[in-house]
Amino acid sequence: MLEAIGARSIDELFASIPEALRLKQPLDLPGPLSEAELIQYFRERATENSLGYTSFLGAGIYNHLRSVVTDTILLRGEFLTSYTPYQAEISQGTLQAIFEFQTLIAELTGQDVANASMWDGSTATTEAVLMAERLTRRRRVLVARSVHPEYRQVLATYARNIDLQIDEIGFTSSGQIDLEALGASIHNEIGAVLVQSPNFFGVLEPVPRIAQIARGAEALTIVAIAEGVSLGAVQPPAEADIVALETQSFGIAPSFGGPYAGVIATREKYVRQMPGRLAGQTVDAQGRRGFCLTLATREQHIRRERATSNICTNQALCALAATVHLCLLGKQGLREMAEQNIAKAQFALAELEKLPGVRRLFEGPVFNEFVVQFPRSVRMINAQLLRDKIIGPLPLGANYPKLTKCGLVCVTETTRREHIERLADAVRETLAVPV
Amino acid sequence: MADKIKKAARHTSQNEGLIFEKSAPGKRGFELPPADVPAVDVRAALGSDYARADIEGFPEVSEIEVIRHFTRLSTWNYAIDLGMYPLGSCTMKYNPRVNEHIARLEGLATEHPYQPQLLAQGCLKILFTLQKCLLEITGMDAATLQPAAGAQGELTGLLLIRAYLESQGNPRKKVLVPDSAHGTNPATAVIAGYEVENIRSDARGQIDVEQLRKIVNEDVAALMVTNPSTLGIFEQRIAEVSEILHARGAQLYMDGANMNALAGVAQPGRFGVDVMHLNLHKTFSTPHGGGGPGAGPVLVKKHLEPFLPVPVLVEKNGQLSLEPVRPQSIGRVRAFGGNFGVLVRALAYTLAYGPGIRQATEDAVLNANYIRKNLEGVFDLPYASPSMHEVVFSDNRQKKQGVNTMDIAKRLIDYGFHPYTTAFPLIVPGAMMIEPTESESKEECNLFIDAMRSIAEEAATQPDLVKTAPHSTRVGRLDEVAAARKPVLRWKPKASSESAG
Repeated sequence: MLEAIGARSIDELFASIPEALRLKQPLDLPGPLSEAELIQYFRERATENSLGYTSFLGAGIYNHLRSVVTDTILLRGEFLTSYTPYQAEISQGTLQAIFEFQTLIAELTGQDVANASMWDGSTATTEAVLMAERLTRRRRVLVARSVHPEYRQVLATYARNIDLQIDEIGFTSSGQIDLEALGASIHNEIGAVLVQSPNFFGVLEPVPRIAQIARGAEALTIVAIAEGVSLGAVQPPAEADIVALETQSFGIAPSFGGPYAGVIATREKYVRQMPGRLAGQTVDAQGRRGFCLTLATREQHIRRERATSNICTNQALCALAATVHLCLLGKQGLREMAEQNIAKAQFALAELEKLPGVRRLFEGPVFNEFVVQFPRSVRMINAQLLRDKIIGPLPLGANYPKLTKCGLVCVTETTRREHIERLADAVRETLAVPV
Repeated sequence: MADKIKKAARHTSQNEGLIFEKSAPGKRGFELPPADVPAVDVRAALGSDYARADIEGFPEVSEIEVIRHFTRLSTWNYAIDLGMYPLGSCTMKYNPRVNEHIARLEGLATEHPYQPQLLAQGCLKILFTLQKCLLEITGMDAATLQPAAGAQGELTGLLLIRAYLESQGNPRKKVLVPDSAHGTNPATAVIAGYEVENIRSDARGQIDVEQLRKIVNEDVAALMVTNPSTLGIFEQRIAEVSEILHARGAQLYMDGANMNALAGVAQPGRFGVDVMHLNLHKTFSTPHGGGGPGAGPVLVKKHLEPFLPVPVLVEKNGQLSLEPVRPQSIGRVRAFGGNFGVLVRALAYTLAYGPGIRQATEDAVLNANYIRKNLEGVFDLPYASPSMHEVVFSDNRQKKQGVNTMDIAKRLIDYGFHPYTTAFPLIVPGAMMIEPTESESKEECNLFIDAMRSIAEEAATQPDLVKTAPHSTRVGRLDEVAAARKPVLRWKPKASSESAG
């Protein structure tokens, strides 16, 4: 090939890099490893993690049942190794799947339309706020303190440099947003109100009332949802103007924080300010139904500095996982899964409340997560639980200084009754030992 | 003409409607184990205001229907696994299957970022090792693996620059972006709170250094440069560019989208680059998956390290931990630390090569130059500067026959290839941007060259054949104007769509 090119050596092909900038020695990298060695290396890393432990962590990442069928589809090279479907004629598989994803998400969230995916729930939430800012041309946002702390941190990072003011609204003893404080804080310079439901404490927010208050000041209501399975049994936020959903719960592994897929759903009239890719239905010259990416004039590759967002690569394969998973579960399966989560949470709550000095902190309705107050530090309790190979509740004190001795407990359909009983037993034993 | 199409033949593919159109009440494709705790009444547990009725229109299908549905859809896609995918600037290389296996291992795929860090040392070790490898490959000093994709890497990088300049007393106002840049560059600069000033390329397709000298002043925060540029050309005066910026207190940002031309050959850290991002879904072979997920690690020089997003991965006495607080940090750019599963695959890719990663770079550049040599004279080459990992032709000659870059790209589909990148970079009218990557054999490159030559011939002799291509796909060219004018973005159940008008 060098001969065909007319080059004497491979180095000649790099002659355009000034000599002084070229590496003179090989890189100092580990490897090369063969396939077997690679697998061995990563298996060893896996053993240095939490294999064999039972976990009660949720807080935005949920361990749900996943069918092997989903992975079977994801591993098809035609999906796995294809690019963004800009060339519609040979990307109809991806495009139709995106169109189905958009439909499923719109149906789940009670919204008119949804996009093809965002990076995750936290960035989808941030983009939803930026979208509301464009729609209302107002630069102030009210954010419930019961929104996931990391979601709020991401929003703060984005807001800092673009003159977007964020004020937080506290929560009441129900664990829900303080509606009185919200009513007192809202005015006609506020562009949007952001809540999460179920919120970070696992408590469902009264979305219709929040939306009513926002509407009074012509502000938009944004609802973030980190636990998608809740939508199988919980009223969708149809009153919201924008919904930012994390779809990790739909067939996507926890995987130490990602990759997942966020998605934005909204009302039809707001679609032109929506960020991210969209697949639309159309026809070819012979009138055959087909799908293509559409409304691209919102996007960075066309509009550059005037785009609605800088997002390019999204989370398409994770969105496909969610699509396949939701189709497998279907109407009944999703409902059953959601009901099992509610039942497990009720059972776990009852078991823990039997323990001396342990109480449910918030009285608001919960899905599969709840806050429990213990008679002593959660960190101390957790250190003991680890001896029983239990990863205990998430301590809340770091993010909510007033919630010391409080922990967030998550159970799903994958949490067996015996796990919950073991947790209760272990906590009882821990509390029986004097500090 | 058909005999010239060597790589592809027609085959039957199955028709398939939308999943919603196959739905029938009572079917499902997945069974849950029976509940082992007492069932609850949802209305009683949540309150009737919060309980939901059935989801209207939600599908009800069986397992085999789901398998067939998505398998049929998959056969309507082109993919790297089917052949060369010469999309310029996208680096569509082979995605090793062992990496898929590894990312799914029990003990990696199952882990939660909030579990005690003592029980996450394996995950943290993977991240730490990947950081070290990326620092070695780029010649930079510190890294964050948090950004979810290249565009978020760009944003992170600009926010780092902003925070640094603020600490020097003035965040400044403008970011300079070459006219050949990806659209994400200017879009990102705006989100970082900067105005964008576009700068022109010179006749060789490189940054006009004399012009740059005049433009850079105390208002300029940074220049975002892709190197090699989107023309596949190395910015030869990059060190000088860096000096001009630094002399006036501005920073040099490098978009590492084209790192596949440099890995093992040259380190951007030595070019005077202050901050850069990598696209792991390009250079480091993590699957594009029809549009994502990716990962966009950001690498910086020492002076920017204090500003990196939290949490920061640190090693102390052989233990790894994530430090949640850094006083000067720009904050968090994504929840939960990043696309870990993508980072795992990228490390597996890197370890598979080791120092031999240079070979991949050499093969990628060799393939691009081989294609260039064989198509020069057939297609117009707007910039004669040497090509690295990709080559940009234009449709200048074929346009005279009424055939444009999009037509040629669509005709390539009939020949069994995915199109190259069309109409980008913007500085080349009718651009045809070809990036073969190192994954392609000489035989596959030859098939591609033959296809391109044959299409050029068709453009001269049967332009209509090219202009109406593709002829072998399930659907022809779609009416994108209608799709945008009256958007249909979801399926609707019959009854409600009728009542909605």
